[in-house]
Amino acid sequence: MMNTGDILETISMIEDEHLDIRTITMGISLLDCCDSDIKKSCDKIYDKITRKAEHLVKTGEQIEKEYGIPIINKRISVTPIAMVSACSGGNPVEYAKTLERAAQTVGVNFIGGYSALVQKGFAAGDEALIRSIPEALATTEHICSSVNIGSTKAGINMDAVALMGQTVVDAAKATADKGCIGPAKLVVFCNAPEDNPFMAGAFHGAGEPDCVINVGVSGPGVVSTALKKIPDGNLTDVADVVKKTAFKITRVGQLVAREASRRLGVPFGIVDLSLAPTPAVGDSVAHILEEMGLEQCGCHGTTAALALLNDAVKKGGIMASSHVGGLSGAFIPVTEDAGMIDAARSGALSIERLEAMTAVCSVGLDMINIPGDTPPEVIAAIIADEAAIGMINSKTTAVRVIPAIGKTVGDELDFGGLLGGGPVMDVSMISPAKFISRGGRIPAPVQSLKN
Amino acid sequence: MRAVITVVGKDTMGIVAKVSNFCADNGVNVMDVSQTILHEMFCMIMMVDASKMQLPFAEFSDNIKAYGEKEGLKIHVMHEDIFNSMHRI
Repeated sequence: MMNTGDILETISMIEDEHLDIRTITMGISLLDCCDSDIKKSCDKIYDKITRKAEHLVKTGEQIEKEYGIPIINKRISVTPIAMVSACSGGNPVEYAKTLERAAQTVGVNFIGGYSALVQKGFAAGDEALIRSIPEALATTEHICSSVNIGSTKAGINMDAVALMGQTVVDAAKATADKGCIGPAKLVVFCNAPEDNPFMAGAFHGAGEPDCVINVGVSGPGVVSTALKKIPDGNLTDVADVVKKTAFKITRVGQLVAREASRRLGVPFGIVDLSLAPTPAVGDSVAHILEEMGLEQCGCHGTTAALALLNDAVKKGGIMASSHVGGLSGAFIPVTEDAGMIDAARSGALSIERLEAMTAVCSVGLDMINIPGDTPPEVIAAIIADEAAIGMINSKTTAVRVIPAIGKTVGDELDFGGLLGGGPVMDVSMISPAKFISRGGRIPAPVQSLKN
Repeated sequence: MRAVITVVGKDTMGIVAKVSNFCADNGVNVMDVSQTILHEMFCMIMMVDASKMQLPFAEFSDNIKAYGEKEGLKIHVMHEDIFNSMHRI
C-alpha cells in the first residue's frame, strides 16, 4: 500500500490548492496547407485542424476523469499565419475566420498562431497580417495573436515596435463595445518560444514537427500552501520547498503529456512548467511572494523574491520532465492574479515595479490595464523597454497591455473567466514619440564581455 | 489498471460495506484498505484493481462520485500512476 500521507497530500493539492493541468495544446503545422489560392488554402487548413484535433477535447476529458486531475483548457497552436498568408496573398482575416470555424468544430477554448515573426524585418504577408490583427480579434472569439518584434540574435525591429503600439490601440478600439477584449488576446514578444502551450502567445514554430502535444502545468496554490508549512525557514529552505513542490507538479504534467500523446498518436513535445495564476482565491503568484515575507507584492524585495521563485521552479521541474520548454517559470499577469489585483488597487504595485520583475521571471508585462487615452508611441515605448530586457538577458519577454477605452487610472476593467479583471494602472505620459518615430533597428547585443 | 479510492464523510453504519459492494457490483476488486475515524469523520483509502471492470473507467469514476454524494460521502477515484509519478522517482 502506498503511503497514506502521500495520497492525502495529492488529493488536497487538487481539491483545495487548485493543482491542475492548465492546458493541453496541440501544435499543428500548416506549412503543407499553403496554396496560391486563399480559398483553397483556408479549406486545407480547416480540414487539417479538424482532422488532427478531432479527438483532442474528448481525450483530454477522458484523461481528466481517469486520472482525477482537472485539465482546464484544450487548445491548438498553428504555424504563424503570416507564413501561410505570404503564399496566398489576399485578406488575412479570411484565415482568422477559418481558424475560428475550426476551433468551434473541435471545441477548443483558444487557437493561437495569428502571428508574424518580424524581429529583423517584414517579409511578404507580415505587415498585412499585423495590420489585420484588430479586425481579426474583433470578428472572432477564439483566436489569439502574437508578434515577435525582437530577439537576442537579431536585435529589435523598431518599425515593428511602432506598428505594434498602434495595433494594440486599434485592437482595443475595435473591441471597445466588448470590454476591450482584443488586446487581451494579443502578445508582443521578444525571443518568442516556438513551443509555448500557453495563450495568448502560443504558436507552432517553423522548426517544430508536423503535429505535437505540449502541456502546461500550473499550481501557485500548491507552492503557497507548501511554504505556509515553513513560516520560519530561511530562504535556502524556501527555495528547497519550491523545488520539491515544482517537481511534484511537473511530474503530473509529464504523466498527462505522455498519456495524451499516446492516446492521440501524436509525438510529445514539451512540458511547460509554469506557475500560472488564476483570479481564484488561493491560486496567486503574488501570494507566494507575500508568503515569503513581503507585506504586499510590489514592495521592495519583490524582484528578489520572484527571482528565487522563478529559478527554484525551473530547478525542481527540469528533473521531473524529459523535455522542458515553452516559457517555464512564474507568470505575473496582473488581472489574472488575485494578489496582484489587490496590490495594483492599493498602489503597492506599479508598472515600473512590474517591469523590473519581468527581468527575472519567465514572461513580461502581462494583462495590465492602462488608460484608454495612452498614445500609441507610449505603448510602443513600453514594448521597446520590455524587448530590450529580453534581448540583453537572452530571455523571453512580452507585452500584453490593454488600453481601457473611455477609462482612466483607478477605473476597473473586467474580462471575466481566466482573464480576470482589475484596475487601470498609471502610465507615464512623458513622450517618447521622437525616439519611436526614428524607426530602424536596435542592433543585436554583444553576448560576450558580460560585465 | 489500479486505482486509489478515497472516501471521506460523517461516520455512519456500514460505509465500508456500501463502498466495497459498489466496487464489487462493477467488477472492481479491492486489494487493500486503510481506514480510520478522525473526530467522527470517516476516512478510508482503498487500493483497487479495475482491470476486470466492464464499464469505462471514467464512467465508474462518475458513478461512484454520484453514489457518494447520495450517501453523504466525498468519494475520489484516481489512477495509481498519479501517486507513483508524484511521490516516486
